[in-house]
Amino acid sequence: VELTNEDVADILALLDSTAYDELDLRTSRFRLTLRRTPNGWTQETQVTTEPDMAIEADVAGLRDGGHHPPPTEAPRGAASASERAPGAGAASLGAPRNERASTAKPHGQTATPAGVGGSKGGEAPLGNTAPLGNMVTTPLPGTFYRAPRPGAAPFVEIGTVVEPDTVVAIVETMKLMNSVPAGTRGTVAEILVANAESVGQGTALMRIKPA
Amino acid sequence: MTRGFRRVLVANRGEIAARVIRSCARLGIETVLAASDADLDSVPARLADSVALIGAAPASASYLDVNAIVAAALATGADAVHPGYGFLSENARLARACAAAGITFIGPHPRTLELTGDKLAAREQAVAAGLPVLPGAHVDAGNPDSPPDPAITGAVARIGFPVLVKAAGGGGGRGLRVVRDPAQLGQAVAMASAEADAAFGDPRVYVERYVSPARHVEVQILGDGERVIHLGDRDCSVQRRYQKLIEEAPAPGLPKPLRGELHRAAVAFGRHLGYQGAGTVEFLVDVARGGFYFLEVNARIQVEHPVTEAITGVDLVAEQIAIAEGRPLRLRQDDVDFAGHAIECRVNAEDPAQGFLPSPGTVTAAKFPAGAGIRVDTHVQAGSAVPPHYDSLLAKVISHGRDRDQALSAMLAALACCAVTGVATNVALHQALLGTAEFRRGGVDTGYLERHG
Repeated sequence: VELTNEDVADILALLDSTAYDELDLRTSRFRLTLRRTPNGWTQETQVTTEPDMAIEADVAGLRDGGHHPPPTEAPRGAASASERAPGAGAASLGAPRNERASTAKPHGQTATPAGVGGSKGGEAPLGNTAPLGNMVTTPLPGTFYRAPRPGAAPFVEIGTVVEPDTVVAIVETMKLMNSVPAGTRGTVAEILVANAESVGQGTALMRIKPA
Repeated sequence: MTRGFRRVLVANRGEIAARVIRSCARLGIETVLAASDADLDSVPARLADSVALIGAAPASASYLDVNAIVAAALATGADAVHPGYGFLSENARLARACAAAGITFIGPHPRTLELTGDKLAAREQAVAAGLPVLPGAHVDAGNPDSPPDPAITGAVARIGFPVLVKAAGGGGGRGLRVVRDPAQLGQAVAMASAEADAAFGDPRVYVERYVSPARHVEVQILGDGERVIHLGDRDCSVQRRYQKLIEEAPAPGLPKPLRGELHRAAVAFGRHLGYQGAGTVEFLVDVARGGFYFLEVNARIQVEHPVTEAITGVDLVAEQIAIAEGRPLRLRQDDVDFAGHAIECRVNAEDPAQGFLPSPGTVTAAKFPAGAGIRVDTHVQAGSAVPPHYDSLLAKVISHGRDRDQALSAMLAALACCAVTGVATNVALHQALLGTAEFRRGGVDTGYLERHG
């Protein structure tokens, strides 16, 4: 398939005895570039093989009814207690791949209210939610949660009075829970994203009516 | 009964999926990658012989979905499932569902997984196997607003403060909290219990003596259900919030008798469990007093397994597969030779300068070190997506030298060659952590990263 670390080491042992400082190896499956630097050799690999998706439809079909789940099985969504139950997801399973992609909401494609993107400028602050007007936005892409844990009461509802540091939501990014503060003193006027939805960086989550 | 696998479903993602696929390819076993929507174009998807879509990007809809994994294995005609680490790797339900479907789960017996997954049960088994455990007690959560239950206070007073409150169903450092003040015990127990119930569906908590300074030392074992051997120890004391960052093998500077005791304890525990597969027995080493205590068993391949592979020359994934195929252990204890020293740095997509803020995005370039004594396990290349749904591990850089000094110099040179752009990385933090006199001396404790990070 691809070169192993041992293969690369063997090639480098050969190269070390030569005057070459760079090797660019291309096959139908990968490209390997080796360069000599003051700190030693570096490698850049590009696996160019296309994934073989031949059996995707069978899997969806089997799971959705072709097969009886084992008796010990819990319902979907309860697959792990350590993971928050997601929203939908099963509905898109039987669909062709491009349709699935559109329901999966890749980050960056999430609807953002007009004006928000433009006012962001070049200074997207990280680590802190900067209020864009009266919108609460997420500084990171991830999964939006309205409550601290499944089954708990939401942080806020429409009409809740908030201070700038009131936590209004959590966005889970790379297994870390990041609390999102209101950023503005006022009243929650609108909640723009459904619980457990994927959100892109800078997505407006809520609108706060300033006090 | 041995049954050679023809096709293995790799039920994981990231670098470990690529790692498992490589060993399978070397063994002539076909691989099917079970991938979520977010990983269909990943490097492991390109390396695998074929790809089975198992669901949407959130892990709960794909990598944590037992039904989807078993259905994918059946649909693709896989003989076995390799679960990697994390996700469902220690999930007894997946192991049982595989067995019910006539598919081999590459891992320990479901009964073992149930025992090791329950921290209280594992602790009891450790005691039964003669391993030292920290003084501790099982406590029931009361009402956070009422005074602490006198029975809890009494049990904990005998342990002595500070104590660590742990969740029986916990893992990965979740559900842990240190209590220094007896007056705060009741509330800490109640909160830990509520958190554990929400996170793991299991409200049971227990308290153990909190040891500081301490080192985290673990022992790699292999078992075939009858015989158990060890492949030496690893030190994983460089941690942040119980997440390991740098690991090495062997653990530096351990007194020889202590090292021998750790190895014997791990093997004894493996024998007691009738352990089948690769596993890790984790211990806490009390730096001030010199003793050691059983912490937990990780019943799977570990992230840091390459440092053990470097010093032993054993392919642990290949051994996992051989054991799952029903073969007796191919190695005797005397066959395991240890050569030199190895260090692993976990390169994560996070920004230490901004409070370890996660940094999902798209990798624009990925240059890694190469050469003798250097190994890089990664799933990223130019153009790779780093989705927000999963952990932040981008690559593991492993150096192997004839001694620790050489491994350390090689690692520093290797880190200087790392150039991953498009997402933030912690490479500079690794360079800082490896560059101190304290680290060079070896044997740092679990507080090291917080002091120097």
